[in-house]
Amino acid sequence: MKEITCECGHVNPEGTVLCEACGKPVEQNQHIDGNEDKKLLNMRYDGSARRSQTYNRTIVDKVWNFFSSVKVGVTLIFITVVASAIGTIFPQAVFIGGADPATHYKDQYGIAGQIYYQLGFHDLFSSWWYMLLIAMIGISIVIASIDRFFPLYKTLKRQKPKRHELFMKKQRVFGETKSDAIDYETFKTNLKKRRFKVYEQDGHLLAEKNRFARWGPYVNHIGLIIFLLGALLRFIPAFYVDEHVWVREGETTLIPGTEGEYYIKNEAFTLETYDKDDPEDAKFKEAIENQDGAIPKTFRTDAVIYERTNQGVAGADPELETIKEGSATLNNPLKFEDFALYQASYQLDEFSEMSFKIHDKDDEDTNYGEFTVDLTNPQSTYELDEGFRVEVVNYFPEYEMQDGQPASVSKYPKNPAFVFNLYPPGEETPETSFLGIGANIDAGENNQYKLGLTGFDTRDVTGLTVKKDHTLGIISLGGAIFMIGVIQGMYWNHRRIWLQPRSDGAWIAGHTNKNWYALRMEIEKSIEGTHIEAPQDQYEMKS
Amino acid sequence: MGDWTAISGNLLYAAFFIYLIATFFFAGTIRDKKKGKSRVAGNIGITLAIIGFLTQIGYFITRWIASGHAPISNLFEYTTFFGMMLVFAFIVLYFIYRVDLLGLFALPIALLLIAFASMFPTEISPLVPSLQSHWLYIHVTTASLGQGILSVSFVAGLIFLISQVDQSKRSKHTVWLEFVIYVIAVTLAFIIVSSSFSAMNYEASFEAPIEGQQAEITYNMPAIVGPYQGELISEGSMSPFFQAPEWMRGEDAAKKFNTFLWALLGGIVLYWGTRLILRKRIAAAIQPLLNKKVNPELVDEVSYRAVAIGFPVFTLGALIFAMIWAQQAWDRFWGWDPKEVWALITFFFYAAYLHLRLSRGWQGMKSAWLAVGGFGIIMFNLIAVNLIISGLHSYA
Repeated sequence: MKEITCECGHVNPEGTVLCEACGKPVEQNQHIDGNEDKKLLNMRYDGSARRSQTYNRTIVDKVWNFFSSVKVGVTLIFITVVASAIGTIFPQAVFIGGADPATHYKDQYGIAGQIYYQLGFHDLFSSWWYMLLIAMIGISIVIASIDRFFPLYKTLKRQKPKRHELFMKKQRVFGETKSDAIDYETFKTNLKKRRFKVYEQDGHLLAEKNRFARWGPYVNHIGLIIFLLGALLRFIPAFYVDEHVWVREGETTLIPGTEGEYYIKNEAFTLETYDKDDPEDAKFKEAIENQDGAIPKTFRTDAVIYERTNQGVAGADPELETIKEGSATLNNPLKFEDFALYQASYQLDEFSEMSFKIHDKDDEDTNYGEFTVDLTNPQSTYELDEGFRVEVVNYFPEYEMQDGQPASVSKYPKNPAFVFNLYPPGEETPETSFLGIGANIDAGENNQYKLGLTGFDTRDVTGLTVKKDHTLGIISLGGAIFMIGVIQGMYWNHRRIWLQPRSDGAWIAGHTNKNWYALRMEIEKSIEGTHIEAPQDQYEMKS
Repeated sequence: MGDWTAISGNLLYAAFFIYLIATFFFAGTIRDKKKGKSRVAGNIGITLAIIGFLTQIGYFITRWIASGHAPISNLFEYTTFFGMMLVFAFIVLYFIYRVDLLGLFALPIALLLIAFASMFPTEISPLVPSLQSHWLYIHVTTASLGQGILSVSFVAGLIFLISQVDQSKRSKHTVWLEFVIYVIAVTLAFIIVSSSFSAMNYEASFEAPIEGQQAEITYNMPAIVGPYQGELISEGSMSPFFQAPEWMRGEDAAKKFNTFLWALLGGIVLYWGTRLILRKRIAAAIQPLLNKKVNPELVDEVSYRAVAIGFPVFTLGALIFAMIWAQQAWDRFWGWDPKEVWALITFFFYAAYLHLRLSRGWQGMKSAWLAVGGFGIIMFNLIAVNLIISGLHSYA
């Protein structure tokens, strides 16, 4: 460490640009803040010795200097801004409704979509390079803050009211008064009234206020780092569970992500829509009529949450104990223990039961017996009291014709269809029938009987998101600290006014970290009745 | 109920005209020869602006009573509210710095916003389940207030640029400044064209394939561009000059494109018409009027101060409150929805502005251009993201 001893006697660390105590420019270091040949001093960090400006030899120095540069930080921000904007041109892959991205972008958006997909913009926000950008911004925040905070803190702590002449003259706001009637006491009183702290040394004055505003940026950067760390913790399963479960009305099912501990029963799912004839909704009549479909009012699941009491007993049927009854709507998740269930999706009118009867092929009014199929659990055969036997040969929960063959596109009974073998009493050769909603196709010309649909029951299915999130507290803390820091830095201004007695009057100088016009107003009010002349703003704006 | 709706509509009209009159008084301040000598015009201007603001608050409250929820739930309501917040932010900054010219530019921008808002469906609409939360009021009002304050930064930046850009020769600055003015002309043209054709009840219907089905599409403006493979079925309507390209899918894509073309063309007519009359760049014509009044350093500081005040408010409203609500409604505080991404872009952009200003000394011209860019991003998020890029936020 090559320390620098100033003529005022203060010992400054290596790399100091302006003496910490008196502000005298350290001759050999003026290039650091670009002060050579300048009329004004660069006061951004009060000429303190920053590591990034002092050392540049080793690899560590170079990495440190890279990340502590504001230019680099802002460049990273701009790259992120441009990338994010490109990421919104077409929908991200998570929003394309489960379609295959490899073909979706080309089909929907042509050649531009193809390029978008191939460059990886369809999944930009979880791509490694976007994460890397955010991580680099994070590193830059940490290093830039450490690089500046400690030197600045020490310098402002060690500053003395008695300033070097050059320091005074090279302040942006500076003025000379030639008078022997300067009223120092009134000036001090005025400053104190304006909530300045006034320090004195051999007749030299330093008035300062709101120094804490200088720490705002560092506080908000700490908040940002905590926020980013919180987001990072989500990759650890103990902190974060994100699952989805479909529950049919009346059904009890295990809640995924709870390690077999909790079960949910869907008592009812309710979808309400706005009704223009309902007096309460009448004020929305015009909007309801202008909308093509119905406008939903409520999505609600009434549910019971159970805890399994015999957990860990392999093979045993779960014994369940009710721990909570309640409902989940949008904006009001159902919470229990560490978990929250969010109303995320729904499926209306899924078939639960279908009833059939056997009648003569040519006469629908005859009845040779009825049976009911439970669609979630169809039996393989149904024996009817009248002696008929019906065998389920094939069951298509969501039936569709594919290449001329019946097939099921899912295991959910959204459009059920059956192939039945019907054995009349005493017969060994069955009659085959194909039956679905609105599709009763004769399988054989020679059939004597026919099956007819007599009724069905439907029920709704609710889709719930299961969430456990222990990172929220950390993320909220980060957000709160960030806000405090931003407000601290933006809504208060650090202001200093120096007054230096001269043989023929006094010199006055002022500094603020921002809002110079307001600083000059403040000085003008403080010098009222003191015979000190208003200082000039020596800065010339380059427009 | 109907009464409240009518009262609310009338209050909005009244506020609009009061702002308009206030603008004229602020224009009158240019004639005050010397700075600070006569404050009469400015005082009347700011008084009217406050009265207009209170009237618009009246609109807001009565509409809230009529609908049973805060009127910030669709594009019309939100944009109107945004205009109101811009006026509010202007009033606050006026009392800090007392710059009359700020009113001359801020109020017309607010007027444009409110008029623009009225081009969208204005009927009272019900809240879909995801919007039924107190966070609607908290998040949307705070975000909008933040945007309003940031917009004042743009207004001051614009004053700075018009008064300071060297108009003696053509430069990048003059070209971009004229572009900004042209964009304002496009907005004005959009308002004029859509309200004219809607007053005429103009309709042109097309039959076109949408997602493989024949659908009927009704234009409310003469079709410059028709839907892809669309056939004009209404009689007496102008037939389109060309068809929208195939990739413009969706029922309203071609219709929106047509409206956009009308606005662009109308903007050209307005802009070049004015320019031919003035025989010089529009900014060059305004510049001499401002020069006596503008203190560039002061205007620059107003622009920066607006960012300093607006940035924390915007962050709180558009990011933090947004995240809290998103966590409640959609089970995640952040989901990379386009509106969220653009709010983040706005945040990053102004963060960059602050870093460049505080640490790299970007002041004056550079700072003013950044303020213009920031406003561009805010408007993009308001208009383009809602109308073009669909996402969870496209309620309008």
